[in-house]
Amino acid sequence: MLPTPTTKVKGVSADVPSFSRINRDEPSLVVDHLSVRYGDLVAVDAVSFSAYAGQVTAVLGPNGAGKTSTIEVCEGLRRASSGHVRVLGLDPTKDQRALANEMGVMLQEGGIYPSARPIDVVRQYCGLYGSGKTHYANPQELIDLVGLTERQKTSWRRLSGGEKQRLSLALALASQPRIIFLDEPTSGVDVNGRSTIRDIIRCLADDGVTVILATHELDEAEKICDRVVIFDKGKVLVEGTLDDVRKARRTVRLRTVRPLMLDDMPENLAGWLIEDAPCDYSIEDAPQGLIAALAVWLSERGIDVVELRTGMASLEDVFKKLTGGES
Amino acid sequence: MKVSSSPFRAQLRAELQVLAHNGEQLLLTLIIPVILLVFFGTTDVLPTGFDDHMDFLTPGIIALAIMSSSMVSLGIATGFERSYKVLKRLGVTPLGRPRWLAAKIVTVLLMQIVQLVILIPVALILDWQSDDAQWLLAIAAVAIGSVAFAGLGLFIAGRLRAEINLAAQNGLYLLLLLLGGMVIPFDELPAPVAAVAKCLPSGALADVLRDALVGQADRPGTSWIVLGIWTVLTPVIAAATFRWE
Repeated sequence: MLPTPTTKVKGVSADVPSFSRINRDEPSLVVDHLSVRYGDLVAVDAVSFSAYAGQVTAVLGPNGAGKTSTIEVCEGLRRASSGHVRVLGLDPTKDQRALANEMGVMLQEGGIYPSARPIDVVRQYCGLYGSGKTHYANPQELIDLVGLTERQKTSWRRLSGGEKQRLSLALALASQPRIIFLDEPTSGVDVNGRSTIRDIIRCLADDGVTVILATHELDEAEKICDRVVIFDKGKVLVEGTLDDVRKARRTVRLRTVRPLMLDDMPENLAGWLIEDAPCDYSIEDAPQGLIAALAVWLSERGIDVVELRTGMASLEDVFKKLTGGES
Repeated sequence: MKVSSSPFRAQLRAELQVLAHNGEQLLLTLIIPVILLVFFGTTDVLPTGFDDHMDFLTPGIIALAIMSSSMVSLGIATGFERSYKVLKRLGVTPLGRPRWLAAKIVTVLLMQIVQLVILIPVALILDWQSDDAQWLLAIAAVAIGSVAFAGLGLFIAGRLRAEINLAAQNGLYLLLLLLGGMVIPFDELPAPVAAVAKCLPSGALADVLRDALVGQADRPGTSWIVLGIWTVLTPVIAAATFRWE
């Protein structure tokens, strides 16, 4: 058995197994005009996007947007109605066994028998990948890594929601994956648990693993993702790096000491202001000179400004704008 | 910490752990057959029609035990594994369906060995005379019957929701226990019920086991054919209809 090279994870007592590296310039996941239909319902409608090794790609979208169906096709759990998917250069349906050895999967929920104990399940999953690897993931190290050392002999049904999520993540790591699909990994997890999971995900990406993160939690995604794919109604609305997606919608945030009477303002100013709350306004894609004109107008009327900030839109702003506000 | 070095061994170990933690299944597969054997073996209340009621009871209780392990226990466990998405999660590992099925089969076989190791000595203690037993024929009957019942259990488990599956498996167990020719003789059943019961795998297995263990079967040739048909049909239907989610 080869020795297991390891990478330190900040704030975590154990080590993450090191993972084999692949070319970071070539996409390791290619979804090309993928469609999934359930009878007459088109759940996924000719979507295309890519993900790369060493990056966290967040797949975002409201419920029923087509995220899970798309990911399940990538995992080999579901067949495409049309289109193509390549994962690490493999067809998830035809090459499922080969892909399974290189892939980690965290389901949104379940997947574990309620009476099973964490240490036993992790040992089982390490064994399932035993014959396809030059070395095994160490069950105890995985348990320690996800912070379940004290609860390793507690049955699954007695674990908290966050502990169940962390156990599910440990199972996804048992394959020592080159690509990992994480469906809502921080759902129901407390603050410390989120930090641990975030550290592990970032460490995986830094070590060359392709991380596909499906989540509703936009602030979590914004903290760790490199790329974003936003789904809605079965289509991909936007795909790109996090910065590109946010830069595409530069915003201005204006907060005043008293509410503005927008009806009294000139149309060339008032027409751009969006009232998010009393005394709290935003402007999207402001044209050149607008901010200066607004500042002069406010100054002339003696309206004090609490905050005037320009910058990239948050991921949540972009998401709400694209999907109509439903996350 | 060492891990099992093959997917099959890892899965088998997990199956056995789940079984060991499941008290209801142990009750069904071990304790109830032993209680029935001891109760009816010591009270002689069954109208068996046999000179020695243990000659009727022992093969019948062994058939009941085989049904409980290969149909009810396997079916209930598999139904809940579908419900808990255990099968879905295993579907994205290198385990594969053949090794998953093999682990299930070996688990059932190991359970049946334990059942026989307990039931046969209990029957001998209760004065069952095993001098005429053809053990190889009995093992063949157990093997064939197991396949038939496992196919039936997986067919039900593969179609119904976990809770409905649980009720259906237990209901079928009770029905076959009473009307399946294992504990109550066919002659004691109403004629139409007896006619149906003789075509069921429970009655057929009990009959061929009586043929193998005591040489006093009702209609051994027909029962072997009936059991053979169930053995071919149920796994094929289960494989064709099983839904993994």
